[in-house]
Amino acid sequence: MAQDIAINGDNAVALAWRQIDPDVCAAYPITPQTIIVEKFAEYVANGEVTTEFVCVESEHSALTLCTSSASAGARTFTATASQGLAYMWEMLPITAAMRVPLIMAVANRAVSGPININNDHGDAMAARDCGWLMLFSENVQEAYDMSIVAPRIAEHHEVQLPCMVNLDGFVLTHAIERMTVLDTQKIKDFVGEHKPLYPLLDTKHPVSHGNMDGPDYYYPHKYQSVKAMEKALEVCEEVFREFKEISGREYHLVEEYRCDDADYVAIVLGSSFGTMKATVDLLRDKGMKVGCAMPRVFRPWPAEALAKVAEGKKAVVVFDKHLSIGSYGPMFPEVVAAASDLDKMPKMYNVIYGLGGADATVAGFEKSLEAVAAGTAEKIHYLGVRQ
Amino acid sequence: MVMASISDLVVGGRIIKPGNSQQFNTGDWRTYVPVVNQDQCIDCGQCWIYCPDDSVVFREGHMSGFKLTHCKGCGICSKVCPRDAITMKEE
Amino acid sequence: MTTLAIKDLQNLPVRLTSGHRLCAGCGESIIAKQILMGSEDDIVVSLSTGCFEVSTTVFPYTSWNVPYVHTAFGNGAATCAGVETAYNALHKKGKVPQNVNFVNFAGDGATYDIGLQALSGAMERGHRMLYVCLNNEAYMNTGIQRSSATQMGAQTTTSWPGAVSSGKKEFSKDLTQIMVAHNIPYVAQVSPHNWRDTVTKAQKAFACGGPAFINALSPCPRGWRFPSDQTIAMAKLGVETCVWPLFEVVNGKYELTGESARIASGKVEKKPVMDWISCQGRYKHLLSDRWAPVIEQIQTEIDRRWNKLIKLTELD
Repeated sequence: MAQDIAINGDNAVALAWRQIDPDVCAAYPITPQTIIVEKFAEYVANGEVTTEFVCVESEHSALTLCTSSASAGARTFTATASQGLAYMWEMLPITAAMRVPLIMAVANRAVSGPININNDHGDAMAARDCGWLMLFSENVQEAYDMSIVAPRIAEHHEVQLPCMVNLDGFVLTHAIERMTVLDTQKIKDFVGEHKPLYPLLDTKHPVSHGNMDGPDYYYPHKYQSVKAMEKALEVCEEVFREFKEISGREYHLVEEYRCDDADYVAIVLGSSFGTMKATVDLLRDKGMKVGCAMPRVFRPWPAEALAKVAEGKKAVVVFDKHLSIGSYGPMFPEVVAAASDLDKMPKMYNVIYGLGGADATVAGFEKSLEAVAAGTAEKIHYLGVRQ
Repeated sequence: MVMASISDLVVGGRIIKPGNSQQFNTGDWRTYVPVVNQDQCIDCGQCWIYCPDDSVVFREGHMSGFKLTHCKGCGICSKVCPRDAITMKEE
Repeated sequence: MTTLAIKDLQNLPVRLTSGHRLCAGCGESIIAKQILMGSEDDIVVSLSTGCFEVSTTVFPYTSWNVPYVHTAFGNGAATCAGVETAYNALHKKGKVPQNVNFVNFAGDGATYDIGLQALSGAMERGHRMLYVCLNNEAYMNTGIQRSSATQMGAQTTTSWPGAVSSGKKEFSKDLTQIMVAHNIPYVAQVSPHNWRDTVTKAQKAFACGGPAFINALSPCPRGWRFPSDQTIAMAKLGVETCVWPLFEVVNGKYELTGESARIASGKVEKKPVMDWISCQGRYKHLLSDRWAPVIEQIQTEIDRRWNKLIKLTELD
């Protein structure tokens, strides 16, 4: 029976994990992910899950232990944020190259320095080249739902890639929202039994994982992951369709809000998508034809879907909650690339907002979009920085 | 080097044929080859246990020679033999 | 434990086969072979990045006849712990009913230095795994650079003897003692010339039901500069000079074994460290008049550690 509860994002992720009951979880605490692991540890202590839970001595070891656990054939989950993800960085591309369907919740937090525990997308974005699937959540419900769909996408035999489930630190992890809980058995049936490929613990068929490639094999191996990412675009849509059957909630590669007849579209990730929707409604009331979109699936990059959103628009404004200093925000060049084959390319703008937890307000978004409509916007605007 | 076709590759760069390095000939590394004098040999197995390349062959408890496809000619067997039954000859 | 005979060991399945790219005469595969004879149960081997790892798994070839995994350099202990954890999860669900052992092999670089944190964590958490350090006393795979296991006075490519230097300045880190301080069920030092000692210790390590650590002296013809046929002789000399004593610590209780036990009881004379130094090219600069005092310092330190070790065996 579906029921509504009041819960914060971290606890929602932990609840999804409890209902799935993974074989292994190894994690190291870091704000604002701590509640996920603490809550899960409670479930373990009360025998509510059968998970082997390991308190490792660092994030590097967390990801290592989880990677080899997944290689061994166990369904494995972990979580981290910011410096933790940074510490794991060495292992991130290795996990992806070893093609294990590990699920990792990332409580998006700014990367030091300066040290800052608040929300931005710097941690996940710094890892975007690592070959992981990356899903984003707008609210607590989505953080819960993404945690449930992630294993289905990752474990698909033609995908076999690790997946980051991103939720904004504090804004989602610690804020209590209303959420519908799914029936545990429905979730277990949906996620299904884990069927690993060539696991280490199938000792009758010894396999070597993590071997050394020379120049003749490295690129072909990487190309296999390219094909897997391409397949993942299809698989995400299939899984989202199936998820709708059990939840009533429909997800897409790119979520759109009032984009169809818009002159201007804002692209934004995570919790700020909610803020942007409110901004769109306000501007629409003022007569501006504006819409917004969120790439729910950031990796693989849904270029085709975004090109469709951009098509026929006067301008596309990409709001990035991270900056590659010396260049643009992470989504901006990728949106430009997606739109680059359109007959008429819209004007493209980049707005950098919310770094280190800087407030992302309707007023701020409103001003940025009005400047674009007025033709006074800079190519790249650093929103909210006191000059 | 020839870039391998991806259709031949197992997911994740895994190797599913255990011990297939046997197909790789390290025997052509050596300068000296071991030779055993069976009259002196007492089948003690010291050469076998100390060979770094699993290249000393025992059949039913008897030292029956060397796996020349893989022996690198390090000479450890000749040094550990308690009966000096193995000599290293320039190949 | 049944008495070990080579004839019986020869009937065990070959876990590490030939065709690997280790240098001729390398100690690492000799040690691994002996360790893997410590149990007939299924086993998963993990390796930290290093000579052994790159040489045994050059894609598309693997020298491993058992399941094998490698992830990165400083995390071998965590890699091994991950497989053990997965086993615990799957075994209790009936998916892997048989016993499986877990062993990680790593060089001294991957153990004493970059991998120490992960090793300490794994040992502290009590994973049922064996960690074997293949100690060739330098970062050999990258070209013979110094590690904290390198002995004082040794030449490496980052501790050259020169106009103002006698080689490495520091004495080697005593990692085995650090492992004893983790209060794990089994800790030991081995050397590949004494296969009976090594295999017996491996048996105990696999049977102890918890974390075990074995530190193995792995003579390196290339890095230590000696002819490739001297590996076993060098392994023996390391023990005879007390540079590398053979001992085990079972639930905190120290015992000397093999030649070391015979030296301590006076049955055999301890050899001077000069014997060790004079047959390895990495120490040849110490044979000059200028650096002779360094040899004395080395002897003093070897003696100090040896005498302390004997005292430790006298404790309950």
